[in-house]
Amino acid sequence: MDLIISLVINGLATGMLIFLLAAGLTLIFGLMDVLNFAHGGLFVWGAYTGIFSYAYTGSFIVGIVVAILTGLVFGFIMEKLIITPVYGNHVQQILITLGFMLVLQEMIKVFFGPNVVAVKVPEYLAGSWQVGDIIIIKYRIFIIIFGFIVFGLFHYILTRTKVGLIVRAGVMNKDMVQALGINIKRIFLFVFMTGAALAAVAGVLMAPYSGSIYAELGMEYAILAFIVVVIGGMGSFQGSLFAAILVGLAGSFMAYYVPYLSLAVNMILMAVVLIFRPQGLFQAAKG
Amino acid sequence: MMENLLKLDNVNTHIGQYHILQGVHFEAKVGEVSVLLGRNGAGKTTTLKTIIGLTPATGGSVTFLNQDITKKPTYDIANLGIGYVPEDQGIFAQLSVEENIKVAMKKESEESKEKLEYVLNLFPDLKKFWKKAGGNLSGGQKQMLAMARAFVNDSKLLLIDEPSKGLAPIVIEKVMEAIVEMKKRTTILLVEQNFFMASKIGDSFTLIDDGKTVHQGAMKELIDNDEMKHKYLGIG
Repeated sequence: MDLIISLVINGLATGMLIFLLAAGLTLIFGLMDVLNFAHGGLFVWGAYTGIFSYAYTGSFIVGIVVAILTGLVFGFIMEKLIITPVYGNHVQQILITLGFMLVLQEMIKVFFGPNVVAVKVPEYLAGSWQVGDIIIIKYRIFIIIFGFIVFGLFHYILTRTKVGLIVRAGVMNKDMVQALGINIKRIFLFVFMTGAALAAVAGVLMAPYSGSIYAELGMEYAILAFIVVVIGGMGSFQGSLFAAILVGLAGSFMAYYVPYLSLAVNMILMAVVLIFRPQGLFQAAKG
Repeated sequence: MMENLLKLDNVNTHIGQYHILQGVHFEAKVGEVSVLLGRNGAGKTTTLKTIIGLTPATGGSVTFLNQDITKKPTYDIANLGIGYVPEDQGIFAQLSVEENIKVAMKKESEESKEKLEYVLNLFPDLKKFWKKAGGNLSGGQKQMLAMARAFVNDSKLLLIDEPSKGLAPIVIEKVMEAIVEMKKRTTILLVEQNFFMASKIGDSFTLIDDGKTVHQGAMKELIDNDEMKHKYLGIG
């Protein structure tokens, strides 16, 4: 039982990090019909700017704020310069965002150096609690709580506010939203910047979790996020949470019980979902 | 003489490589129900989409309230006071009736509350199914919701695309009554295949054929002209 609880906590913590990355991706796809392969680049930029600010100021909270700002600024620039010219063309979106992903990755090496950067967990989040025979690592609990708070916050915005209502309506029928007098491009920009900020936050939270960061990390996590978006249903916020937790738990349990399958488990999950429910588990309704 | 609210002058519209509208012109007068008539594929729906800016004109001009709206984005055109009810009704399927209307309501002023009250009295079913998902409504209820949603703001002109399509005769009657009632408060431009309905509620007509205006006049003129009805609408 102790082992199971430990594996569940590991899986939930990993799942929450993937959820933060996938949530933005799924909203961007659902509302804007944009395949953003540069999402991992925003993740890794959030990790670097956040961790360097943390190292400079000694405050992890400052690191998180800087990561959010980085995500917002990069999101703004990216939407205006990279995404706007390729709306409606998936092939061009894949090419240009993949290219931009490589640019973001290489720029990390230019600005922060090519070496792996070691990251420590902030003192107040370091260490563990012992409950009976179970050792609970504090930072993992922090990530799980943070993830649920973000989910709750965005769930509230999406379901209880006018802007959330417009985003949900936009996912279903963009043309109709415009015909009701709403500037959907402004909503696109808001969603893109929010998604970018979520990716950047995921990056800065992941850094102490994995203990080190490097430029190529973005691509590794972006692939997991894409798998989650496909499993959860493109455009579904709840689907992303469910699928991220599923992927996190599957990875955690498989790594312990069937280690040689742990790398393949996500692909197997995705393949099973694509065979039996190609629209994903929680497909967002299109109008 | 009644004032022109909307004027299309030699409007051309391309969708991809296809030249759909090749010279549409007509006027819609304040307080009237103007009906666009023509065979399937004549360009009626594209005309409405061009007015609202979803398939912008590539030539000619669209003037609304003496303002050139040809190149304006859709949301700007809508905010000038044009409500749009598309052929498929464009209901947000997973949003409730209440949420569908809330997306459309720009402000919660006394005037918009009064308008909301008015449309809910016009379509009592909407009040009954206020919390029901739009996707679960019947065809007629969806049509009513789409019309209410387009009307709830300060709409000076309503573009309604084939409101009778796929509806039972009894529901068509209700929709017709609602349009006649709404006409008291706004101007309506209707696309309609059902000539019986068009002739009952229309004040004027524009015949479109192969993307061009071929005739415009008072509805009575068309009702009395069997040759024109036969040639362009396949009736009689």
